[in-house]
Amino acid sequence: MAALLEIEGLRRSFDGVNAVKSLDLHVNPGELVSVIGPNGAGKTTTFNLISGLDRPDAGEIRLDGRAIAGLAPEAIAALGVARTFQHGRVFANLSVIENVLIGAHTRLKAARPGPPLIGPLAELFRALWQPASVRGEAKALEAEAREILSLFGERLTPRQNHPAYSLSYANRRRVEIARALALRPKLLLLDEPTAGMNPTETAEMQTLIADLKTGGLTILLIEHKLEMVMQLSDRVYVLDDGAKIAEGAPLDVRSDPAVIEAYLGHSGVGGGAKAAYEAVA
Amino acid sequence: MSSFVDYTVNGLVIGNVYALLAVGLALIFGVANLINFAHGSVYTIGAYIGWAAITFLHTPLPVTMAIAFVGSGLIGMAIERIGLRPLQGKARIAPLIATIGLSFVLDQLVQLIFSASPRALPSDLPDWRINIAGGSIGAMDLLIAGIGLGSAAVLFLFLRFTKLGYAVRATAQDRDAARQMGVNVDAVNSAVFGIASALGGLSGLLVGMYYNHIDPAMSFQATLKGVVAQVIGGVGNVPGAIVGSLLLGLVESYGIALLGTTYRNLFAFVLLIAFLLFLPNGLFGGRLVAQSEPLTGSFLAPSRALRVPRWVVAAVTVAAFALPLVHPGPYLLQTLTNAWLAALLALSLTLVSGTTGQMSLGQAALLAIGGYASALLVLDLGWSPLLSIPAAGLIAAAIGTALVFPAFRLRGHYIAIATLAIGEIVSLTILNWESLTQGAMGLSGIPPLSAFGHEAYSAPAVYWICLTVLVALALLQTRLLSSHLGRTLRAVREDEVAARSYGIRLGRYKSISFAFGGFGAGVSGGIAAHLYSYLNNQTFDAQLSLLALTMVILGGMGNVLGAILGAVVLVGLPELFRFAAEYRILIYGVVLLLLIRFRPQGLLGAV
Repeated sequence: MAALLEIEGLRRSFDGVNAVKSLDLHVNPGELVSVIGPNGAGKTTTFNLISGLDRPDAGEIRLDGRAIAGLAPEAIAALGVARTFQHGRVFANLSVIENVLIGAHTRLKAARPGPPLIGPLAELFRALWQPASVRGEAKALEAEAREILSLFGERLTPRQNHPAYSLSYANRRRVEIARALALRPKLLLLDEPTAGMNPTETAEMQTLIADLKTGGLTILLIEHKLEMVMQLSDRVYVLDDGAKIAEGAPLDVRSDPAVIEAYLGHSGVGGGAKAAYEAVA
Repeated sequence: MSSFVDYTVNGLVIGNVYALLAVGLALIFGVANLINFAHGSVYTIGAYIGWAAITFLHTPLPVTMAIAFVGSGLIGMAIERIGLRPLQGKARIAPLIATIGLSFVLDQLVQLIFSASPRALPSDLPDWRINIAGGSIGAMDLLIAGIGLGSAAVLFLFLRFTKLGYAVRATAQDRDAARQMGVNVDAVNSAVFGIASALGGLSGLLVGMYYNHIDPAMSFQATLKGVVAQVIGGVGNVPGAIVGSLLLGLVESYGIALLGTTYRNLFAFVLLIAFLLFLPNGLFGGRLVAQSEPLTGSFLAPSRALRVPRWVVAAVTVAAFALPLVHPGPYLLQTLTNAWLAALLALSLTLVSGTTGQMSLGQAALLAIGGYASALLVLDLGWSPLLSIPAAGLIAAAIGTALVFPAFRLRGHYIAIATLAIGEIVSLTILNWESLTQGAMGLSGIPPLSAFGHEAYSAPAVYWICLTVLVALALLQTRLLSSHLGRTLRAVREDEVAARSYGIRLGRYKSISFAFGGFGAGVSGGIAAHLYSYLNNQTFDAQLSLLALTMVILGGMGNVLGAILGAVVLVGLPELFRFAAEYRILIYGVVLLLLIRFRPQGLLGAV
C-alpha cells in the first residue's frame, strides 16, 4: 500500500539550531501515527513544514505521491491536509459555527479559485447576487457543520452562535478540531489536542479521535499524554533533538531503552517523570 | 559642482533633523511596540515653545533650546501617561489610534493658541558661511549637525552605560521578562517618551530656525518623515534610524535638485514603499520575528454588535427619504448630503479596516481618484455623470487595489504606514501630473450632476441622489457580509496564519475587500466632484482619511449601520451645533481618545 504521507530527509534549522535534522516518516492511509518526544524535539516544526507554514531547508514531503514541500499553506489545505494548532488559533470574533464553516472553505464552490482577476470578481459577484446554487450550497454546508458540532455531544451545539472568544479553553480546542474536520481532510494533523484538558475531557477527546480513526480518517498526532498515545496509535515515532530515535508499534517503542533514556531525562533528571512513565507502561 | 556640495550639505542637515525625529520614534517603537503618530505634534510644539520663548522672554539660543527640549519632553511624558498607559492589554490597534487622536488634539491646540498662519522663527546665530569646494556651510548647518551627532552620542552612552538605559534595552527586548526582573516598565515607558519627545521638539525648533518658518500644519509631514527614515533603517532600530534619516535627507535633496521641490515628498514616499516591499526590515533590521499564536484575536475588542431591529432601520430610512418633503431648509439638507457622502467613505473603510483588519490610513485617496476620474471623463471626454460616476467607482476600485496590492503581505502597523504613504503618493501624483490634472491649479468648472439632460441643482434632488446611492451600497455591503465572503474576510482579520491553513488566499480576499470598498469610495468622490464643481490635490487630504477612521471606530469597526451613524454624528453634529471649524478636529480627537479608552467597540459594536 502506498503511503499517504511520505517524508524523506526533512531538515530545518533556525539560526544554526537544527530543529529537524534528516527526518524520515510515513503515514499509510487509515493509520493513526503519533509523534512524541520532549519539548523542543521538532514535532511542531515538522507539522509546520507539512502544512506549508514553514519551508524545509532540504528534504521531500509527498502527499499521495505528489511533492508538497515548500507549497503555500493554502495550496496544501486545498490538497486535503487539515491541522490544529498547539496553542489554539480559533477565529475569536467569529461564532463557533462560522469557525467550522471556514474549515470548509476549500470545498466551497462559491469560492472556487478561477482564473486570476476573473476568479475573485466572479466570487464577489456570486456573494452579492447569491443565486440559488450558492444559497443551496451555503445551507447544505451549515447542516454539515452542525453535524460536525454534534460529534462533540452537548459541548458545542448549544454554543454554536457564541463567539469563539467566549468559550472555555477546552471548547476552543474542540472548535479547532471541528474546523479541521469540516475540510474533510485526507490527512488530519492534530497538535496536542488535549493540552490543558482535565482527565474527563481528555478521555472524551480520546474517544472522539478513536471514532475518527474507525471512520477511516488518516491522522498524524502530536501528544504528550503517553497513555492516550499508546492506546490510539498504530505506530509511534519518537523524536529527540530534531532526530528520530525510535519508531514502531506502541509496545515496541515503549520498551526501547533509548526512548526511556532520551524522552524521560537525559542525565537522570526527572526521575519523577520516569516513575510516571513506568506507571503508565 | 558648487550646487552638488550645497545639495549634499542641505541633505545632510535635513537628514540630521529627521534623525532627531526618527531616533525618538525608534525608541518608542522599541519599548512600546507602537508607531507614535503624535510624534510630529511634539515636534511642532517644540518649535512653538521656542518661538514663544524668543518672542516673549527674549531668550538667547541655548536657553531657547533648553526650554523647548524640556517642554516637549514633558508633553511626551503626558502623552504616555494620558494616552497610552491606560490602554495596556487592550486591542492591538488601540494605542495606534490613541496617538492619532492625540495628534489631532495637540495640533489643534497649537493652532488655537498660536493661530494657523505661519510665523517666522529667527535664530540669533551669526550669518557667516564657510566656503568649501565651491559650496558653503553656514552656522545653522553646523549647529544642526552638531546637535544631531551630539545627541546620537549621548543617547548611545545613555543606553549603553546607565541603569535606566539598561532598563530601556531590557524592556525593548522582552517587556514581560523585564517586568518580572523588577524593571518598572511604566517608568521606562515614561522616560522613553520623555527623551524621544524632547529630541523631537528640539528637532522642530531647529527646523523652524533653519527655514525661519513654522506653522501648525508641519506636524503631519514630520511624523511621516520620521516614519520613513525609521523604515529605511529598520523599525525600532536606533542606529538604523540615524542612517535612514541621513539617507532620506540626501535622496530628497538630490531629488529636488533634479526635479524640483514639489517632488520632495514623492521621493520620500516612493522610497518608503520600496523599502516596505523589498526590504521590510530595513537596512539594519534583523529577520522577521514570527508572530506568536494568539489565543484570542485581539485586533478588535471582543464585543457583541447591538442588534438594531429591521423595522427601526426601515423607519429611519423612510424618514430620511421623506425629510426634504417637510422643507427643512437647504442648510440641513446640505449637511446631511455631506454626511451621506462621508458615510460612503466610512462604509468602504469599515469593510477594509473593520471587517478585513487592514488598517488603512489613506482611504481618502480613493475619493480623490474617483473625483478626478469622474471630473475628467465629463470634462475631457464629454461623458454624462450618470456614466462617469459608476466608472469613477470602478476606476478607484481598480487603481486603489492595484496600488495597495503589493503591500498586502505587510501586517499590523506596517500596512497602516503603507496605506498612509500610498495616499500621499496619490495626492502628490495629482499635484505633479499637470498635463492630466492641472496640478495645483486644480480642476474647475466641473458640471453638476445630471441625467438625460436634466441637471440636479436643488438641495433636495442632490440629497435624494446621495441618499439613494448610500442606501444601495449599504444594502450591497450587508449582503456581502452575510455571504461566505463576510466570514472569510473576518477570518483574515482574526488570524492570517489559521486562515491560510484553511485554504484562504489572503491576497485574493484583501483585494476583494479593497475593490468593493474602493468602488463605494470612488463613487462618493465622483459625486462630490460634481457637487463641489472644483477639485485640487488637497480636496481629499489625509485628514479626511483619519476622520473616516474616527467615524468607523465611533460606529463600531466593520459595522455597516455604525459607519453611517458615525458619519452622521461626526459630520452632522458639529455642523448643527455650529462649532467653529477649528474646534471640529479637536472634537474628533477627543472623541477618538474617549472611545478607545471607554468604548473601543464603538456605539453599535464591532462585528
